[in-house]
Amino acid sequence: MAGKIATTGIVPASGWRKFWSDFSESPTAVGALFVFLVILFIATFAPIVSPTNPYDLASVDIMNSRLEPGSQDFDGNTFWLGTDGAGRDMLSAIFYGLRVSLGVGALSGVVALIIGAAVGLSAAYFGGRFETLAMRIVDIQLSFPSILMALVILAVFGKGVEKTIIALVLVQWAYYARAARASALVEKNKEYVEAAQCLALGDRRIILHHIMPNCLAPLIVVGTLQTAHAISLEATLSFLGLGLPITEPSLGLLIGNGFEFMYSGDYWISIFPGVALLITIVSINLVGDQLRDIFNPRLQR
Amino acid sequence: MDPILQIKDLQTHFFTKAGVLKAVDGVSLEIGAGEIVGLVGESGSGKSITGFSIMGLVDAPGRIVGGQILFKGQDLAKLSPAEMQAYRGNRIAMIFQDPMMTLNPVLRIETQMVETILSHDGSVSKIDARARARDALGLVGISSPDERLRAYPHQFSGGMRQRVSIAIAMLNRPDLIIADEPTTALDVTIQGQVIHEMQRLCQETKTALLWITHDLAVVAGIAERICVMYAGRVVEQGPNANVIAAPMHPYTTGLLGSVPGQNRRGQPLQQIEGMVPSLMNLPTGCAFQNRCNLVSDICSSTNPDATSTKDGRLVRCHNIAAGDSA
Amino acid sequence: MTAFILRRSLQSIIVLLVMSLIVFVGVNLVGDPVDMLINPEADQFEIDRVIRELGLDRPVAEQYWYFMINAFQGDLGRSFVFGEPALKLIIQRMPATMELALFSLLIAISFGIPLGVYAGLKPTSKISRTIMASSILGFSMPTFWVGIILIMFFSVNLGWLPSTGRGDVATYFGITSSIFTLDGLSHIFLPAFNLALFKLSSVIRLARAGTREVILQDYIKFARAKGLDEGRVIRVHLLKNIMIPIVTVIGLEFGSLIAFSTVTETVFAWPGMGKLIIDAIYNLDRPIVVAYLMIIVLIFVTLNLIVDIMYSFLDPRVRIKGVS
Repeated sequence: MAGKIATTGIVPASGWRKFWSDFSESPTAVGALFVFLVILFIATFAPIVSPTNPYDLASVDIMNSRLEPGSQDFDGNTFWLGTDGAGRDMLSAIFYGLRVSLGVGALSGVVALIIGAAVGLSAAYFGGRFETLAMRIVDIQLSFPSILMALVILAVFGKGVEKTIIALVLVQWAYYARAARASALVEKNKEYVEAAQCLALGDRRIILHHIMPNCLAPLIVVGTLQTAHAISLEATLSFLGLGLPITEPSLGLLIGNGFEFMYSGDYWISIFPGVALLITIVSINLVGDQLRDIFNPRLQR
Repeated sequence: MDPILQIKDLQTHFFTKAGVLKAVDGVSLEIGAGEIVGLVGESGSGKSITGFSIMGLVDAPGRIVGGQILFKGQDLAKLSPAEMQAYRGNRIAMIFQDPMMTLNPVLRIETQMVETILSHDGSVSKIDARARARDALGLVGISSPDERLRAYPHQFSGGMRQRVSIAIAMLNRPDLIIADEPTTALDVTIQGQVIHEMQRLCQETKTALLWITHDLAVVAGIAERICVMYAGRVVEQGPNANVIAAPMHPYTTGLLGSVPGQNRRGQPLQQIEGMVPSLMNLPTGCAFQNRCNLVSDICSSTNPDATSTKDGRLVRCHNIAAGDSA
Repeated sequence: MTAFILRRSLQSIIVLLVMSLIVFVGVNLVGDPVDMLINPEADQFEIDRVIRELGLDRPVAEQYWYFMINAFQGDLGRSFVFGEPALKLIIQRMPATMELALFSLLIAISFGIPLGVYAGLKPTSKISRTIMASSILGFSMPTFWVGIILIMFFSVNLGWLPSTGRGDVATYFGITSSIFTLDGLSHIFLPAFNLALFKLSSVIRLARAGTREVILQDYIKFARAKGLDEGRVIRVHLLKNIMIPIVTVIGLEFGSLIAFSTVTETVFAWPGMGKLIIDAIYNLDRPIVVAYLMIIVLIFVTLNLIVDIMYSFLDPRVRIKGVS
């Protein structure tokens, strides 16, 4: 008499539903995702949602400078978060600043991802000398702290938007390369790659269409965490006066500008942009953390 | 002679997210002073958990939910962790399966042996403890014990590491040693040596031994009594010779029959059909019903109690030959 | 073992050479070396003289050669702003930075490891959850911002601690440091804490991860089976095993502490190397930038080497060859 194995059964769904049910196991992560989406919205539509345009010189009045949060100007508009030394509305400045911070962070992240993934995937697929050399470079670069690399690049090349983005890309690509290579190595040994090779599909096709989609998960995890890191790094550089120019202030620059006012008690010029920065970074990190837990094969799920 | 260990109807359950896993579900057995008892069962039968339950080392989410573990009259299941700690490594010792992972790789053998002595008897000096450790190594047949004491576990071979574990177990002259698959991870030739060593040691020091294994052949050689476990319960226990020569429970019969050596050349290997039921979803009635060749109607409704037989055995089956029961 | 050290040392030297090449190329070939190496205030006569002096009219390879020779002799140019040899200025400031970095490390380790081990042993308790949540916070907050908050709170609002500068120094056992004086301690505390916060969350996470992994191992169970009390199991059996990866990472992270001190030193006006280089970048004081980079690379490479060697010491499985 053939026996049967009794199973208790939560049969997992697949695809997006499963992803969402795993992700929402952590209410914190869901909350963080929501917050991030709000921030993204503000950043994208800053000119529309912002009460004033702080960089339109005509609308800024020096008479309004250093007003406390909640004070009003002549026309009865409220400066919810106060004004800075030149009379600009802090809330608007923060909105525009979010735009720059997120924009630079995301752009550098995407470029770094493309470059890093290309190097990592190729290294894993082709192996040999190329792989050894590429990975050596990655290892050495990763052994230096990111801020140092960024300082070096900016010290040598000078300040500016493009140069900051280049610096951020150069700092980050190595993380992506390492993650891409690691997961590509795992995939490379699976049978479907061998099958594709037997069909004499071109190398590029195999890498792009077959291996890469399966490596996306860890890359996305690295992507979220690195983006947060890039935003933080850019803010630090701007604060030090080395990153973006004054014409396109990111949150870091706002904080830096407000630093001196702190000693006389006008804390809002520095603190509120800082809070905005913090919320952005923390929400991205929380989402990234949960993503990492979901995609980690070693944790029993 | 009074038994030093009496387990009465022990139940150890694991409370997981997916359900309650009844790893040990009504196990009763006895071990006499100086007696060697074999506890046999396949993976998932609950034999290791029985051993851990005695030691009080069941990890969360598991815990003992019922029954008694009487060690020299004292119910271990009722003791607090601190009280149980005084017994472990002292009056009851345990040997694990994988000697590679049992010893801490970053501590010297000496440290790991001396701490066992010192944590139970603070009055012993370090020098005396070290001397005792050295003697214990000699006892299990390890040469140049002084050098070996200073070494690290990875410098030993698997068989020697297991001997060190045995030496550690014997350091405080326990009344009972629980050995959980001690030779499974060793080479066959070493296995024989270690089995022989343990038998000799236990007989010399009059230490009781509970040998837990899946391999019937191993305990057939040294155990005085054998207990067979299936799906969290003991289905047959009795004197070695009787159980091996004339098994009564259908599972025991099947187990003996599956040993390759028993079969004649050219004949297909005997096997027990079917698979072990999930311990979270045990069927009502006997757990073995879906694989048994003696199965009858009553088997699917009532869990058989243990019946005593004339030749000193306890068997849990509705269908043992009537003439055999006491 | 010796072969291992030799090989790693050789690798380190190669990295040093490569980095020196990169620095050299970056400074001398990218952009105008005249702008980079000569004081922008000099007149044409001065410029010509310096060009000849610095050999900028020679072939590039020769320039690199002289650059390396000079570097070995400790001559890395003169600061435009201070007029002193760049190397000397940096070495003068190094003790302050080292002091800050080491004190931060001490804070990070002494708090991080106990907190991390606790979080690893009781992962679901409320305290553990709080610890882990705070560690995400600590990890996310940019160092400079934490510094600002600390200053605002403790200096401006509460007035407990000074916000800038280094305190008085005293010398014990041949080490001159500001932690030996009360005034010095009050000055170093905020910046050190600021610097430590970032590392703290790393250490906590590492300790927690290590604890969670090690606590499940058979040898821990065996230690308990021997009847050892839980305190000893954790202090001796667990700790020694998680320390190996922690020490390795901490060693490497020490380098990043030094790098991040650039930020903290700027916020707190701490007179160390970090502040020097930030000011130098601002003031286009190239010789200091070059000198700093070379020194930092040297520190890093040495640090990596030391950590590698230390790792093999700590893990007896690497240090002593085993049976199989």
